[in-house]
Amino acid sequence: MKVRRMRLTKEDLILDFVVYTTLIFLVIVTLYPFLNTLAVSFNDALDSSKGGIHLWPRKFTLYNYRSLLTRHQIYNAALISVLRTVLSTFFCTFSTAMVAYTLSRKEFVLRKIISFIYVLTMYIDGGLIPTYFLMRNLGLTNNFWVYVLPGLVTAFNLIVIRTYINGLPESLIESARMDGAGEFTIFAKIVLPLCKPVLATIALFVAVANWNSWFDTFLYNSSNPKLSTLQYELMKVLQSANSMTGSLEQALAQAATGSVNTITPRAIRATMTVIVTVPIAVVYPFLQRYFVHGLTLGGLKE
Amino acid sequence: MNTPVTPRLMVEQIPIGKRPFWKTLRQQRVLLFMSVPFVIHVIIFKYVPIWGWTLAFQNYWPGKSFFDQVWVGFDNFKWLFRDPVFYQVLRNTLAMSIIQLVFGMVSSIVLALLINEVRLVFFKKSAQTISYLPHFISWVVAANLVRDALSTDGGIVNELLMSLRIIKEPIMFLGIPKLFWWIIGASHVWKEVGWGAIIYLAAIASVDPNLYEAATIDGAGRLRRIWHITLPSIKPIIVILLIMNMGYLLSSGFEQQYLLQNGRVIDYARVFTIYELDYGIKMMRYSFATAVGIFRSVVSLVLVFGANYLAKRMGQERLL
Repeated sequence: MKVRRMRLTKEDLILDFVVYTTLIFLVIVTLYPFLNTLAVSFNDALDSSKGGIHLWPRKFTLYNYRSLLTRHQIYNAALISVLRTVLSTFFCTFSTAMVAYTLSRKEFVLRKIISFIYVLTMYIDGGLIPTYFLMRNLGLTNNFWVYVLPGLVTAFNLIVIRTYINGLPESLIESARMDGAGEFTIFAKIVLPLCKPVLATIALFVAVANWNSWFDTFLYNSSNPKLSTLQYELMKVLQSANSMTGSLEQALAQAATGSVNTITPRAIRATMTVIVTVPIAVVYPFLQRYFVHGLTLGGLKE
Repeated sequence: MNTPVTPRLMVEQIPIGKRPFWKTLRQQRVLLFMSVPFVIHVIIFKYVPIWGWTLAFQNYWPGKSFFDQVWVGFDNFKWLFRDPVFYQVLRNTLAMSIIQLVFGMVSSIVLALLINEVRLVFFKKSAQTISYLPHFISWVVAANLVRDALSTDGGIVNELLMSLRIIKEPIMFLGIPKLFWWIIGASHVWKEVGWGAIIYLAAIASVDPNLYEAATIDGAGRLRRIWHITLPSIKPIIVILLIMNMGYLLSSGFEQQYLLQNGRVIDYARVFTIYELDYGIKMMRYSFATAVGIFRSVVSLVLVFGANYLAKRMGQERLL
């Protein structure tokens, strides 16, 4: 290293300059929209509409948050979002690990047929309408469980966990069997604790996917406001802004405050965006390595 | 991982000349209880919708029983291929998928090369961590951010362009049909560039360091080392990712299109899922929308297997 540093050529300097400026540019482009939205959410709504808010609020106020957080709907949506995320993460991780364990048992006679049934689902797709009718026939429309049930065990997660279990020392499982442990005990007491790293990654991905999901709410539960999620609420605000008709925007603004002029759709969107993003932004720095672990798990393994 | 398991493998599972199948199964009943309920679950949620494909061959009317439906053969597909909107949808889907694929890959490769050249560990780690943050936020949030950045009242893009005197009046970017594909492409790159770079960084990390040393001794500068060592070393993974992603040209996402579209740009924004939603759920033409879904599923299937086959022919290991 020292040798190289002493022999910095002109090319090195130019390259370093290009590398660092491009990366700093990338960091700014990535972070600016978040910080800008944060600033707008803390800025007086009318003042924001004059433009020129960048990284810092000009006329600081908590009014946007206060008017949004007095809406009953937000708490309910937050509750549903948290509930679906927690339940999906728990059930999905546990069931996937359990099926993965049975598929890792070489002596299991149904191993290949079950693997085949799951792998095939990666290629075929029933499509929007047949799936919609299935959910309706199963009574899963206007039903909380449509958030948890359909995606319980997915082929991709199954393969990732099974690959991991296959890499565990077989002798541990064998010795437990010698001691008379049944299959479920081996799974729960020995395999599950050993799988912690891969389960953490899968759990994280399931949790993020559930937190971020809005389409299932839109498709199956949109007629029941009690089952709405935070992402869907934000999506509705965005859609009414997109339609550019104005009437819905005003209706929303009025509904939020009771008067027309104190809060704008832009402020509502910014504040909602912050509320929806904060949970991810808070856990992200701490769990970052698990997030990245996930890609290499599924990715580079042959 | 995706190898289609051939029927040959399924035959092998029955042990010949050993204990009979059913007896073994009885012994393995705990494993059975642990897996079979979930197999039933996946059959219900993934395979039963395939049965729903029969809708496309009927003039489906809700409320009638399966046997009372009017069967119309391939009429729905005939209508589909005569519908000018279908060709618009096909064009939009392909155009946006290709834009996302090309720009997504190029930007991720460039980012990986750049990050690899950084020697300050702290800067390297921070830049990386920040670069893949947007991957973990929802498209709803991302669409909000994109819309704000492009807005006419104080959007940063308009402000910058105006302060640089490139434009005089703010432009309503999201209202210009011809721009829509590129906005989708750019927002895709913004969201996924860092995440996409991880796989290339992993590939770069596995390049033999002796190659770089030898090149340095031969007098190659950093640029030439990138060009002659790094890029050729990751070429296989670039080729394989390119081929594999071609399998998903018709099944790539619709969320960003749905969330950023508006009436003015719909002719350029409508992709397959939006088409299915509009015709199926909104207009209640269930049979027609099912036919759309079947077209997309079948063509995707052919593309995925084609991509897999091509990847194998080129002697590469599959990635996913």
